[in-house]
Amino acid sequence: MTAVAENSTSAAETKAGEIPSFDVTLRIRRLDPDRSDEPFWEEFTVTAHATDRVLDAMHKVKWEVDGSLTFRRSCAHGICGSDAMRINGRNRLACKTLLKDLDPSKPIVIEPIKGLPVLKDLVVDMEPFFASYREVMPFLITGGNAPTAERRQSPEERARYDDTTKCILCAACTSSCPVFWTDGQYFGPAAIVNAHRFIFDSRDEGAAQRLEILNDKEGVWRCRTTFNCSEACPRGIEVTKAIQEVKRAMITRAF
Amino acid sequence: MATVTVPAPRSPRSTRTRRTTRTNVEMLGWMFMRLSGVLLLVLIFAHLFVNLMVGDGIKAIDFAFVAGKWASPFWQVWDLLMLWLAMIHGTNGVRTIINDYAERDGTRLVLKTLLYLAFVVTVVLGTLVIFTFETCPAGAPTELLPSFCTE
Repeated sequence: MTAVAENSTSAAETKAGEIPSFDVTLRIRRLDPDRSDEPFWEEFTVTAHATDRVLDAMHKVKWEVDGSLTFRRSCAHGICGSDAMRINGRNRLACKTLLKDLDPSKPIVIEPIKGLPVLKDLVVDMEPFFASYREVMPFLITGGNAPTAERRQSPEERARYDDTTKCILCAACTSSCPVFWTDGQYFGPAAIVNAHRFIFDSRDEGAAQRLEILNDKEGVWRCRTTFNCSEACPRGIEVTKAIQEVKRAMITRAF
Repeated sequence: MATVTVPAPRSPRSTRTRRTTRTNVEMLGWMFMRLSGVLLLVLIFAHLFVNLMVGDGIKAIDFAFVAGKWASPFWQVWDLLMLWLAMIHGTNGVRTIINDYAERDGTRLVLKTLLYLAFVVTVVLGTLVIFTFETCPAGAPTELLPSFCTE
């Protein structure tokens, strides 16, 4: 008896709160190195719900239409930073971009992030990006003996670099940077953000070394403050501000 | 049976080609752009005001006007500063643009060589003119010369 009653109410509820669905076209820039070195555009039209993200539509394509569509994604919830791509000309995470925010009446243009070599479809070679990241030594550097208890830090000291701890290394910022596009030698915003995270950490003693590395010809001085990185960051990190703070630290160190 | 060698996973793919420089050149360049920019604002707008607005304005500019200005050490230093600061500022700006936009090393080299050549020619010529300028050249018609030549 009760089961029947429950069923009827839940059916009525789904009808009342039904999620509107619509057809959306994904225009994807693809590359199949086994077939040709020339990238090509392909359009897929799938039915999606208003609550769907770009990633859901791409899953639908991959799982139901064309299994050869290649892209990275791991957690699919904006934490792992695997699915950064250029959606309608802006770097975003496919898992954090809702279709309904993108005007689904027009085709949604999806490209791999720029400035890094494309391996297949939306998968790029992240190695140059991570090489720069490794170069700024993104780990705690301390001298002397390790303390027997934890290394203490006041809330104010922690707040100093809070913004740059949010980085998930998705490369949305670095691959939105016009300096990085033409000159892959530039460290790029992400490496500087992660250096900032340690340079301004009161427990860290490697700030001088990191500043020295970033004072390089291809370091922070190549930043043109175009704010592309701050705009691209899916975590809302004020990337350009962090870069300027590193610049200021260098100037106050030198004079 | 053919043996297939599987490359070791996660092996470092590429050694860094980036040359590490341990100098402050880029930082000094960056600071120079800011400081010279502020100075140039003052120098250039005062220069334009004196030349184009004061007195008869633009109609007053002729050989005598320029010669009269360069007879004074004040304007010599002013113009020399303007020349040098503007040329270094502009050259450094174009240098960064070349660095940002030229993708091939060869293109970079050619463009920068041309740029530095233009810089040297302009600065040397300009400096030479300011220092060796003949205010009252002998045998020139007096009405074209500044008034103090005939006194």
